[in-house]
Amino acid sequence: MKVPGPQFRSCAASSGRSAGPRETQLRNCGPGTSGILDVERIRADFPALAQEAHGRPLVYLDNAATTQKPRRVIDTVTRFYERDCANVHRGVHLLSQRATVAYESARTTIKNHLGAADSREIVFTRGTTEGINLVASSFVRPRLEPGDEVLITGMEHHSNIVPWQLLCETTGAVLKVVPITDSGELELDRYAELLSNRTRIVGVVHISNALGTVNPVRAMIELAHARGVPVLVDGAQAVPHGRVDVRALDCDFYVFSGHKVYGPSGIGALYGKREHLLGMVPYQGGGDMILSVTWEGTTYAEPPHRFEAGTPNIEGAIGLAAALDYRDSLGLDAVAAHESELLALATDAVLAIPGVRLIGTADRRAGVLSFVMDGVHPHDIGTILDSDGVAVRAGHHCAQPVMKRFNISATVRASFGVYNTADEITRLVEALHKVKEVFG
Amino acid sequence: MSDMRELYQEVILDHNRKPRNCYVMDCANRSADGHNPLCGDTVKVYLRIEDGIIEEVSFQGAGCAICTASTSLMTESVKGKTVAEAEHLFDEFHHMLTGVAAEQGVELGKLKVFEGVREYPVRVKCATLAWHTLHAAMEDEDEPVTTE
Repeated sequence: MKVPGPQFRSCAASSGRSAGPRETQLRNCGPGTSGILDVERIRADFPALAQEAHGRPLVYLDNAATTQKPRRVIDTVTRFYERDCANVHRGVHLLSQRATVAYESARTTIKNHLGAADSREIVFTRGTTEGINLVASSFVRPRLEPGDEVLITGMEHHSNIVPWQLLCETTGAVLKVVPITDSGELELDRYAELLSNRTRIVGVVHISNALGTVNPVRAMIELAHARGVPVLVDGAQAVPHGRVDVRALDCDFYVFSGHKVYGPSGIGALYGKREHLLGMVPYQGGGDMILSVTWEGTTYAEPPHRFEAGTPNIEGAIGLAAALDYRDSLGLDAVAAHESELLALATDAVLAIPGVRLIGTADRRAGVLSFVMDGVHPHDIGTILDSDGVAVRAGHHCAQPVMKRFNISATVRASFGVYNTADEITRLVEALHKVKEVFG
Repeated sequence: MSDMRELYQEVILDHNRKPRNCYVMDCANRSADGHNPLCGDTVKVYLRIEDGIIEEVSFQGAGCAICTASTSLMTESVKGKTVAEAEHLFDEFHHMLTGVAAEQGVELGKLKVFEGVREYPVRVKCATLAWHTLHAAMEDEDEPVTTE
């Protein structure tokens, strides 16, 4: 089954299926603007990039783990603490009103960025992990009978595996997994077969954090919906690399984290279709999620506040909105084109080193270059690269089943952001040659 | 680069390339599994202990160069020693890596090549996994040990 999809560009090193018009979850942002990104100016916006690591200018290629923060985000968070710091929703005083307006405006900003119809479909969470746990607890759990099935894929991050395992353990439901091919793509024929009349939810990662594979989620959602199965999409790696349109995708739930898209840590968002959220039980109990509390019983607030018990991460929400606005101001098409070029460049450069093998060679990849080197463990590579000022990730990337699928224990992962440059890829390659020198 | 040479000394690279005592021991009377959850590396240590003396020691698995070389050198260091001597050696090795002053005056010998690991706190666990696993095997623990 071939599914076209232009939303994240193929990297040049791959064969590249032609982009079809069918997949429309990315809004058309105009013609390609590759090369017009003023990366030097962008770098100046990120204070952390202007430092040395072990005596050399820092090359930060661990963006899939977390991104650095632009001045605008840092200032927004600081300004909140300096001027508007108060609790939200409750106070009658000026600062509380300002904090409430800022917090709820952030919700609207995120709604706009995801292409949702209604701000009440956006729930603030601690991040992707909490979003998935929330859906598992409040939406899926009440619908599960023993023998029902939860369908996920073989390339999920642990955060989209373990919540479902916990759920299956306590409900008697069965976890089913879509296998992946040698190139790191989902076996879509198997996916279609695994969708059964017992499937109660599909959980799928939009872009794999370990392989970089861009999954054809639009088509997968269509198939699931044809069988009446709702779909949760893990967008932790997708939101940083392109514009997501939840209405075009028609996903039931979409989750992401702020810190991977230049925002603060400890904040993220869950998009859920309004009709789903309205019918869902609370996730946690506490203040701010109720209408009234008596000894006889408690009436819960409407979504989204029903799912935001306790004082929220106010400055995080405001900082996340600032981060999304900042990235938008750079031009999303230009950002996507720049990152795609970097990935293609890095793919070619790294593959030119003898003994290097890519893990994940899907036609459509974004953001992530995962590889291994003959005779050298990724951890040793990570340490030697670090000594040269190059920050990458070495390990299983919280995706141990993916590692097992490829019969390895770890990979080296270089992951790119808007501020990375071709020169930095040269530094990566130079450092990899040093690994060869050390290990001979 | 010079600091990398200090970390990856020739002895370490040699034991990484050609690990000693790396085999499954059929006649082992003790064994234990070790796991470093941080990097996913695993090692299994086999022992044949007779009258309190480690007559034979071998391993399977390991991972990065530091971990593999450390396991290989551990097997060479403890072979023929009593269980108590091996425990003292572990203590001394651990002290060297964590910067705590040596207490027992045990001679580390070749194990000193790992001194450079002290400068890389995230890698200390790679060097100590083999020893934690050895300890578990000597204690005959059923549960796999982890570095966490």
